[in-house]
Amino acid sequence: MTEPRLSVSGLSSFYGGFQALFDVSFSIAPGAVLALIGANGAGKTTLLKTLAGVLRPPARSIHHNGACLASRTPAETTRAGVAVVPEGRRLFASLSVEENLLIGAQVKRPGPWTLEAVYALFPALVQRRHHLGPQLSGGQQQMVAIGRALMANPDLLLLDELSLGLAPVVIEEIYRAFRQIVGPGVSAILVEQDINRALSVSDQFLCLRAGKVVLSGDSRTADQAAIIDAYFGVHA
Amino acid sequence: MIWVNALVQGLLLGGIYALAASGLALVFGVMRIINMAHGDIIVVAAFLAQVLAVGLGVSPFVVAVPVVLIVAAAGYWLQRLLVNRALGHDPLPALIMTFGLSIILQNVLLSLFSADSRRLDAGPLADLSLAVMPGVAVGVLPLAMFGVAVLALVGLQWVFFHTAAGRAFRASADDAEIARVMGLDTNHVYALVTSIAFGLAALSGIFMGVYGSFDPFIGPSRLIFAFEVIVIGGMGSIYGALMGGILLGVSQALGAQINPQFQQLAGHLVFLAVIVLHPQGVLARSKA
Repeated sequence: MTEPRLSVSGLSSFYGGFQALFDVSFSIAPGAVLALIGANGAGKTTLLKTLAGVLRPPARSIHHNGACLASRTPAETTRAGVAVVPEGRRLFASLSVEENLLIGAQVKRPGPWTLEAVYALFPALVQRRHHLGPQLSGGQQQMVAIGRALMANPDLLLLDELSLGLAPVVIEEIYRAFRQIVGPGVSAILVEQDINRALSVSDQFLCLRAGKVVLSGDSRTADQAAIIDAYFGVHA
Repeated sequence: MIWVNALVQGLLLGGIYALAASGLALVFGVMRIINMAHGDIIVVAAFLAQVLAVGLGVSPFVVAVPVVLIVAAAGYWLQRLLVNRALGHDPLPALIMTFGLSIILQNVLLSLFSADSRRLDAGPLADLSLAVMPGVAVGVLPLAMFGVAVLALVGLQWVFFHTAAGRAFRASADDAEIARVMGLDTNHVYALVTSIAFGLAALSGIFMGVYGSFDPFIGPSRLIFAFEVIVIGGMGSIYGALMGGILLGVSQALGAQINPQFQQLAGHLVFLAVIVLHPQGVLARSKA
């Protein structure tokens, strides 16, 4: 059996005195995509922040390629191959598109992603390479946020709310690119409000409610009714 | 002619003011904190230059490079070991920490050097001047110092907008949390910013020590000038600091021409006028 890309066991996470995650466990194989679904406040973003090292994970609960993430800073986590596309994109506002991408490359991990590769994936950015983030459309900003994460050549991508505030046609474009990105070398954890879309692009899913895993399984054989019950906490 | 002369003197002095203020603007722009000890750093550099220059029997300009490097290194470690621990959502801890540092520096200087005011001796260089037109003479030394100050500011602007380090400075200023997630070590970035700010302050300290006298307690007055420069020019912008410095220097020189007692007052009045009429500074932040 190959070592999982990421394994999480018995993870609890706190915001100050408030416990946001309770005993969360799951694992992702290399190249697999995990969809994280759940209502607002279910703990999805907290889970991503903990995995990214922004919230300090408790000892021995998270292993990335077999190595414990507990004592790492966000920068060390990124250097180890975990890159983030944050909710709301959060581009560096005073940096151009190209400079935003180059910040992503700061960790100097070797791999296939270069400026040229990102521009090939998102040709719309080529014309805009010297524009500042706020001058771009929402979809283009999302492309920069994805490109910035890819420039770190991650083996695990954490994507928070890719489709938030975007037009349907733009969402299609973003997910077309997403399918090209994930593959043998790159696993992903995806937070997505649209359950159907989340299931169609992922291999496994994990449904959180009030900080606990209430349902998980294979995305292809997922039972819609069971997911909706788990999502809203209605007991059928 | 006397007015043209005053204008030119003010312009040249303004370049030094801009240099003194640029470090304050840089630190504020990236970390959103005000270094209350900035003026004292300027004074410490002047004392250090005097000790080295007198000790080695050379001109203060000869020791400028080691003084700038020593002060810049001190800035790096001060930021790394102390000020970074005080950073956070609340700007007050860092403000109080640097205020304390200011008091400590003044008293250390007092116990080492006494309260006597002193100047840096530029030697025979101080007497050279160029007659640019009848009735208007420009000192070679002020001109050279102005040139170096402008070069340093242009260099700073270039580093800020055209190097990987400058990119990291701007990214950390925009969103420090995401900068860390992207793999930047913001503690190191902040320390680099402070070391550049201290190095520029040290250079301006030597130039100001040649221009006029200094004593252990002059730091806060240097800080006031630096404040006025960056408020006039617009907070957090390097060319704004240059504009602000020149405007302050020229107002002071013209004020002194009206009446020698008006020198400082004229500068303060221009500063107040800018606050009232154009509070975002004559040059609003260039890229934001």
